[in-house]
Amino acid sequence: MSGSEPLLRVEGLEKYYESESDFIDRLLGRQQNVKAVDGVSFEINEGETLGLVGESGCGKSSIGRSILRLREPTAGSVYFKGQDITTLSDSELRDLRKEMQIIFQNPQSSLNPRLTVNDIIGEALDIHGIESGVSRDARIKELLDRVGLNASHANRYPHEFSGGQLQRIGIARALAVDPDFIVCDEPVSALDVSVQAQILNLLEDLQDELGIAYLFIAHDLSVVEHIADEIAVMYLGKIAEIGSPEELFAPPQHPYTEALLSAIPEPDPLWEGDRILLEGSVPSPIDPPSGCKFHTRCPRVIPPADYDFEQSEWRAVMSLRHRTREADIAVETFDAGEAALMESLRDELDLPPTLSDPEAEEVVQEALRLVADEEFARAASLLEETFETPCSTDEPVLRETDAGRVACHLFDPAYESGPTRGTPTDDGSAAGSATSDD
Amino acid sequence: MSSETSQRTTERGRIRVSGFDVERVESRDPLSSWEPDLQSEAGRGRLEYAWQRFKRNRLALFGAATIVFMVLLAVFSRPISLPNGFPVLAGQTVQPFSLAPADPANQDVLTGYREPTLENLFSGTATGLYLFGADWAGRDILSRVMYGGRWSLSIGFIAVAMALLVGIPLGSIAGYYGGKVDEIIMRLVDLLYAFPFIVLAIAVIAVLGRGYWEMILALVVVGWLPYARIIRGEILSVKENEYVTAAKALGSRDRSIITRHILPNAMAPVIVQATLSIGTTVLVAAALGFIGLGLSPASAEWGVMLNVEQDAIARGRWWAGLFPGLAIFVFVMAINLVGDGVRDAFDPQGDQSDTDTGGLR
Repeated sequence: MSGSEPLLRVEGLEKYYESESDFIDRLLGRQQNVKAVDGVSFEINEGETLGLVGESGCGKSSIGRSILRLREPTAGSVYFKGQDITTLSDSELRDLRKEMQIIFQNPQSSLNPRLTVNDIIGEALDIHGIESGVSRDARIKELLDRVGLNASHANRYPHEFSGGQLQRIGIARALAVDPDFIVCDEPVSALDVSVQAQILNLLEDLQDELGIAYLFIAHDLSVVEHIADEIAVMYLGKIAEIGSPEELFAPPQHPYTEALLSAIPEPDPLWEGDRILLEGSVPSPIDPPSGCKFHTRCPRVIPPADYDFEQSEWRAVMSLRHRTREADIAVETFDAGEAALMESLRDELDLPPTLSDPEAEEVVQEALRLVADEEFARAASLLEETFETPCSTDEPVLRETDAGRVACHLFDPAYESGPTRGTPTDDGSAAGSATSDD
Repeated sequence: MSSETSQRTTERGRIRVSGFDVERVESRDPLSSWEPDLQSEAGRGRLEYAWQRFKRNRLALFGAATIVFMVLLAVFSRPISLPNGFPVLAGQTVQPFSLAPADPANQDVLTGYREPTLENLFSGTATGLYLFGADWAGRDILSRVMYGGRWSLSIGFIAVAMALLVGIPLGSIAGYYGGKVDEIIMRLVDLLYAFPFIVLAIAVIAVLGRGYWEMILALVVVGWLPYARIIRGEILSVKENEYVTAAKALGSRDRSIITRHILPNAMAPVIVQATLSIGTTVLVAAALGFIGLGLSPASAEWGVMLNVEQDAIARGRWWAGLFPGLAIFVFVMAINLVGDGVRDAFDPQGDQSDTDTGGLR
């Protein structure tokens, strides 16, 4: 391979699933799309590891499977060794299977219970006609040996092995075709911690010996930190931040990354760091929020320039705004009487008794009154028109910062008025070292 | 403890947990020397396990023995000769035994009905022992019941086998590919299900005429439906397993994925259903024979025998209908016992009911 072209380059990958619908819905065209992966781009170099982290349902596994075309991507391109694999025919794809493999999360369900280890690993060799006869058995023994299993176990069935051993068999199956790239789809999530370490070490050793590149999908940042050369943090089908582990753990960070990092347990009993608790839950990917997808839960949304908010007040107003739009306030459960109702609503939404900005206070009071009358739509439009923020209108793109690439308006010079904790780069002068282009 | 570490701080990483230390981890759990407690070199998955459990079910074994007995009686009731046009051993007798006391077609129309009595045993005539009596044409009912098993039993087994041959591929295709193919096949299944079976059978037999293979066809036309439904449902769940995705990722072809990875793991409920429906099929075949849609009235098929002797019981000739009916009853009963045994054998929680009902599930 030439140095300029990465082993794997993913450009604008999209994967939409059609939501459950019956025949009548299909007839009337009332089909809804679940945007599992919504425009993702990254690169993986030969022999390197990209860690992909994010909450459940953010599209991590969909990316892994779309890259291998186990699920057809909706849009975008995947270049493997310079060749766009989304356009390959079935037979060309079959040849490519020798170079790209996958390891699964659940070792119990990823091995056919009716086949012996010999058959499971041998299947790969048979399909591609790699080895046969005596050399086939020798190759299987060699593979078992390589993943740290006893070669005499080849005639056993999967149920006779422990979880960690099963995962090793899964790795041996992936290695059988001698691939250059393996998608590891949460390979250690189903294993207990001591076995996790063994599997991670095995994967690292294999990378050192055979020069395999990994796309390592996980939801545990501490696992990824250990193995990855570069980490991408995903939220709702988009990459929020991407960079080397050092860059990711250092500011400036995406507010979501910040929250994820603060959630890593710390063994030090004297540690007093703040955990950032995110409000609400992940929005539905059927109808994702406009602008920055994280703005409904972000603790650092850029406040409007015309008003003078404190950050916590502004967060409370944002959550009021979000909940009125979703009509997610159960007004009838509060005490009757307007004054009492307003008070309990403020309490419920963590709004202070009066906002520091009198103009904003008026608008919020008006909105609360509308909410009390259950006029959610009017309250929502009032709040949205008055308190405009780029976070809910403009979609952020990945841009270079001092440490890694971040998709957040906080680091966009165009929205400089916002509060930033890290230093936003305006000309990208320091950014050259920040990404791993080669 | 140094003074530095005893202060409260917001800085992370003062205490490091080194869980990823290769040396330590490997010395703690030597991997390859682990041996399974259950030394099960012979562990052959679910089928083997099911067979072990089936063998312990005495009622099911009794049913199986009954079926084997009836099959043997049918096979050895009369000698079997291959037809002259047969490619090998043409015209030769391949099964020389003749257990039936008389030729089931031997008539004695002048005498007609004979009551089954013990005296018959000793005054045996050329047309039979009449242990079960004789029918309207003076034919030996015992011989006819034994010989008739050839028709009734073979219809049950062959019709079910053919229904499986149709139902499993169609159900597999529907379940595996999904989408439009699935929609078409399953709507066809719904359509045939909605059709009254007897009307369909009458239509098939009216078009093709009466006969052995015509009847089997009429049975297969609707017989494959349950298998297609069951296998489709089973495949929908089995194909979600990651080993199917793994096979795809390795580049397996669809055919080999279905036959090697999916079907073996989806067959258990179909085997249960097929076993149970052999009995139903024999019953339905008898019913078709009874309403006159079965084999020719001269044949010894059990249902036809009942049909011919419809009014005999009313006239006090109880034996003419009792014995063919009893043969159907015993066979269907035995099949149901076996079917229940098979179902229990495939049910992993079946034999734990008395010992392990509580605890974590």
